[in-house]
Amino acid sequence: MQATPNKMENRAVSDRRKFILKMARSAGIAALGGFVWSAYVDEVTASQLLLRPPGAIKEEDFLKTCIKCGLCVEACPYNTLLLAKPGDNKPMGTPYFIPRDIPCYMCPDIPCVPICPSGALDEASVTTNGVLDIKVAEMGLAVIDDENCIAFWGIQCDACYRACPILGEAISVEYKKNERTGKHAFLTPVVHANACTGCGLCEKACVTEKAAIFVLPREVAMGRVGDHYIKGWDKKDEKRLEKASEIKSTTEISKDSAVDSLNSGSGDLY
Amino acid sequence: MRTLWNKYRYLIFRRATQLSLLLLYFGANAWGWTILMGNLSSSLFLETIPLSDPYAALQMVAAGAVLATDIMVGALIITMFYLLIGGRAFCSWACPVNLVTDAAAILRRKLGIDGISKRQPASRNTRYWVLVLSLIISLMMGVTAFEFISPISMLHRGIVFGLGFGWAAMLIIFLFDLFVLKNGWCGYVCPLGGFYSLVGKVSLIRVHHTMENCTSCMKCKTVCPEQQVLHMIAKESIDVLSGECTNCARCIEVCDDDALSFSIRKLVKNKKSGE
Repeated sequence: MQATPNKMENRAVSDRRKFILKMARSAGIAALGGFVWSAYVDEVTASQLLLRPPGAIKEEDFLKTCIKCGLCVEACPYNTLLLAKPGDNKPMGTPYFIPRDIPCYMCPDIPCVPICPSGALDEASVTTNGVLDIKVAEMGLAVIDDENCIAFWGIQCDACYRACPILGEAISVEYKKNERTGKHAFLTPVVHANACTGCGLCEKACVTEKAAIFVLPREVAMGRVGDHYIKGWDKKDEKRLEKASEIKSTTEISKDSAVDSLNSGSGDLY
Repeated sequence: MRTLWNKYRYLIFRRATQLSLLLLYFGANAWGWTILMGNLSSSLFLETIPLSDPYAALQMVAAGAVLATDIMVGALIITMFYLLIGGRAFCSWACPVNLVTDAAAILRRKLGIDGISKRQPASRNTRYWVLVLSLIISLMMGVTAFEFISPISMLHRGIVFGLGFGWAAMLIIFLFDLFVLKNGWCGYVCPLGGFYSLVGKVSLIRVHHTMENCTSCMKCKTVCPEQQVLHMIAKESIDVLSGECTNCARCIEVCDDDALSFSIRKLVKNKKSGE
């Protein structure tokens, strides 16, 4: 008589065990898969050396907002824009361009931006006074390698300067005496970050084997001063003070007041 | 000839739909056609109507993106279509990976692999796990997780914009379906299929089984990529109600006895017959 309930009990336990094991196994597989998956996504989205179409929002937001439909690519009349393919080592399916191959020709009507359905390309960021304005685009910033730019050797070349669609504003040419010969001048290009859109026409035009002027994403090419330094003579820069935040660092010597710790003479400041 | 047409009419329709979608998208990029621009992630129909992948939109929300109006409207249109009408038809009528996995399934049958390994050592529910996982990863990493690995968009984008190494992913899916798991990708793993299985639960277009005509030959079950949805074969005269049915209609075609047909789901239960 007793055997039957025992058997029942055993079976109940075994069913529960089976269920728990099944859940644990599923969770384990999910964890393993999730780990590999997120590691891959992390890796593939880490690429920073990527030039986005005009009007692209911050890269971090771009990656979650772009739906990878390729409408911008189709809208581009110069075939500048590409969609990252598997094997390109770029966030898959997102648009980018390689200026040395095909730069952005800065169409005044910016066809790639208004067509974007997701807002990853933000029309407002390339609009001035209600009119589309490609000149305010910030796709990147041209950077000059003055070791390999032949203008810095004293050879006259203004290919990049001439190619620049915002000639004179984004790239200007500076005159300097060539002390080596004593009778020639250096005519060297200078990029102005406030005007450069990063279109890459200069990079395309550069005569050296590997371009000595090239476009980098602004995040990569530019530094950041932080709130410690403000141009006191510049009304616009002074505005940054309003959002300035205090940064406090605490080290061994900042325990005492500055004078005390300098006068104590007991410790090595370095 | 007539029987041939009867045996393959839906298959021909499906292939025609799949290929013409691809052609329209391809033409938009290559020749500037404006009928259907973009790709399956998001498109623009006739330069006015946005169509967007609702699952991609869901991941965007999970990742913390602000949904633009176009994406919202586009995703809504697509969702409503499959929710009310099509069911999980995306998988067998629009998705390009279906061409790859169907090829694997046919070869599998021809090679008799189905007979050798009858047991399928995996759960059909895996796709829902993957679906949940994709949303969790999207949430944690702030990116649309599946969109960065999706072989569907990989192949579709590949055909429209250039394939890159995308062919390798297709080869892997083909071999996986051929040797590892029957209908493995579409029937077990794909979270987009899982998503549409959930969306398509209540849609109107259904395959209907008429038991009186059935001779239990089980041809339908052999050919069905989601066999579990055909549990009523030779048992009950009801609609195939599972959302996992892709409305591919292969079962209808292979049936020699007129026991399967497309029907519209009965919204009001018929009291007389008790259905």
